[in-house]
Amino acid sequence: MCGNEACGEGAILAGCRFYAGYPITPQNELTAYIAKRMNETDGVFIQAESELAAINMVFGASAAGVRAMTSSSSPGISLKQEGISYLAGCELPCVIVNVQRGGPGLGNIGPSQADYFQAVKGGGHGDYKLIVLAPATAQEMMEHTILAFELADKYRNPVFILSDGLLGQMMEPIRMPTVLQKSHDKPWALTGCKGRSPNIIRSLYLGDGVLEAQNKKLQEKFNRMKETEVRAQTFNTKDSDLILVAYGSVARIAKAAMDEARAGGLKVGLIRPVTLWPFPEKIIADACSRTKKFLVVEMSAGQMVEDVKLAVNGRARVDFYGRMGGGVPSEEEILQQIETLMKI
Amino acid sequence: MKKKNSKSTKKETPALRVDSSSVVLARPESLYDVENHYCAGCGHGIIHRLICEAIDDFGIRERVIAVAPVGCAVIAYDYWNFDVTEAAHGRTPAVATGIKRVRPDNIVFTYQGDGDLAAIGTSEIIHAANRGENITVIFVNNGVYGMTGGQMAPTTLAGQRTATTLNGRSLKREGYPIKILEMLAVLPGTKYAERVSVHSAQEVVRAKRAIKKAFRLQIEGKGFSIVEVLSMCPTYWGMTPIQSADRIKNEVSTFYPLGVIKSC
Amino acid sequence: MAKIKINKDKCKGCYLCIVNCPNGLIKVSGELNIRGVKPAVFSGGKCTGCGMCALVCPDCGIVIYK
Repeated sequence: MCGNEACGEGAILAGCRFYAGYPITPQNELTAYIAKRMNETDGVFIQAESELAAINMVFGASAAGVRAMTSSSSPGISLKQEGISYLAGCELPCVIVNVQRGGPGLGNIGPSQADYFQAVKGGGHGDYKLIVLAPATAQEMMEHTILAFELADKYRNPVFILSDGLLGQMMEPIRMPTVLQKSHDKPWALTGCKGRSPNIIRSLYLGDGVLEAQNKKLQEKFNRMKETEVRAQTFNTKDSDLILVAYGSVARIAKAAMDEARAGGLKVGLIRPVTLWPFPEKIIADACSRTKKFLVVEMSAGQMVEDVKLAVNGRARVDFYGRMGGGVPSEEEILQQIETLMKI
Repeated sequence: MKKKNSKSTKKETPALRVDSSSVVLARPESLYDVENHYCAGCGHGIIHRLICEAIDDFGIRERVIAVAPVGCAVIAYDYWNFDVTEAAHGRTPAVATGIKRVRPDNIVFTYQGDGDLAAIGTSEIIHAANRGENITVIFVNNGVYGMTGGQMAPTTLAGQRTATTLNGRSLKREGYPIKILEMLAVLPGTKYAERVSVHSAQEVVRAKRAIKKAFRLQIEGKGFSIVEVLSMCPTYWGMTPIQSADRIKNEVSTFYPLGVIKSC
Repeated sequence: MAKIKINKDKCKGCYLCIVNCPNGLIKVSGELNIRGVKPAVFSGGKCTGCGMCALVCPDCGIVIYK
């Protein structure tokens, strides 16, 4: 199964019964797969007229209380930002998948991690946060999607999956997970007001101070996410002179480079953020007490590196190595960077 | 604030039409007994009431899910006694599509202005109609952007002065007013399209009939129905409400002809 | 005979009811209401209860009794 298909199957396993999307490479396998599976599970699949329509159809389905998802690739995710802001403002759960490609503009269809800022710093207008999961394998494309639906319902907030063209299209064997679907009561959902007073889904608060109060309520929720939902993988962080920081598909290459470096006698570790927001800042901060060199590797001009620097807060040296525009850093390139830094 | 008002006036408000044979015309149950925020002579108040009357007539209040627009009617949920969601500007039919597809037994309608439907949301309305979504669209056409200060709308008539066409809409510069219903009528997915007005009591009766038909078609599962309602905006037309009503009769409805545009 | 009841404080003074009454039975009040506008008032006379006034009232301010 390729990563995109694994993601689609994860959605079905999680009880997602509404998908709206628009074709864009390199996420098309997901749309095609989920079109087939929705048909088999009596779910709803809509090929929308645009990304704007797709995200707003998801808004509608989510408002009506159904687990809903959309997916796209970088340029399409830019178009969805309006809807994502409304979903966050209206506290509607849903899952949004970005199979990143090279940018800016049309860019190309190669893998990229250049939408990190857009995903973790907001993306659309207004103060809001989304939990951002960064899978690194086809298996995780499936598992993270299932987790994403749980987290979305738990917090009544959209959850983002930040993947890339490499992960999306790479074929890997999958071990099907057993999913215990928790049922989430959605008394707020629009179902018709039979036996209750009408429900209203809104993000508009006009009264004096009312929006600020609502914003504070949202921020409290985001803080709860921050306290509870940080996920990361760490390798050899206890005795390393240098720690690599990388996420998604790059984390796998970085791990191979780490193993190679260790085989050559270099004490190298790896921190792989699994949630990009909330960011594992404490894990990185703690590592600073032992390690004085960090090397951040990304398929971008350097985005996550800013969060690493914030976490390190001047207590260690932070270097960056990145490739852009569909370029993928190789194990050798990373190893070379490690060797250079170790000599400093 | 509004709720308080409703309580104080509730006692003197007679029972609803359905409850008492002596009262022939009063507020429908689906419409809260609160003051609306619309300007004097604005058509929104009438159109809100007609929708609520239609909903009550069919006894579907508890099944209705409405999608409110961005525009003057953005807080329609303060007046409507049923489930309502907001939608981003123009995305109203997409939101309605999402709701209706997962809840086909509910009655879903959108309430959209000319900016929402005929400018920023043209893509969404065309494709919702073309897919034949089984929803009802109430399209309020008053030819200006009311909420943002009276700017030109896609439906503004040639020569009409607005905040952004100070010397009147120039066809050369701003292009032509859009006849949305005629556009949508060519789509096989559009099952019913009628243009009505609320500028006089007679027209209000026709408008009610059209709105009821649009809901009935949805209840029967017939597909996409849209009612365009020509409405007054005295504030941004720079006229009294009575002059505004006359303008619809003499000017607006000659460009936007009233009647059934499509029915099948 | 029918009668109408105009809620004077709901009236915003659009007077659409006045021009729509086939028998000219509604007039502008001489007094200001709570909003500072002169509301429409029933001036008496033979109301048929046709409901035209209530149909055009944007503020649901008129109730018809028969």
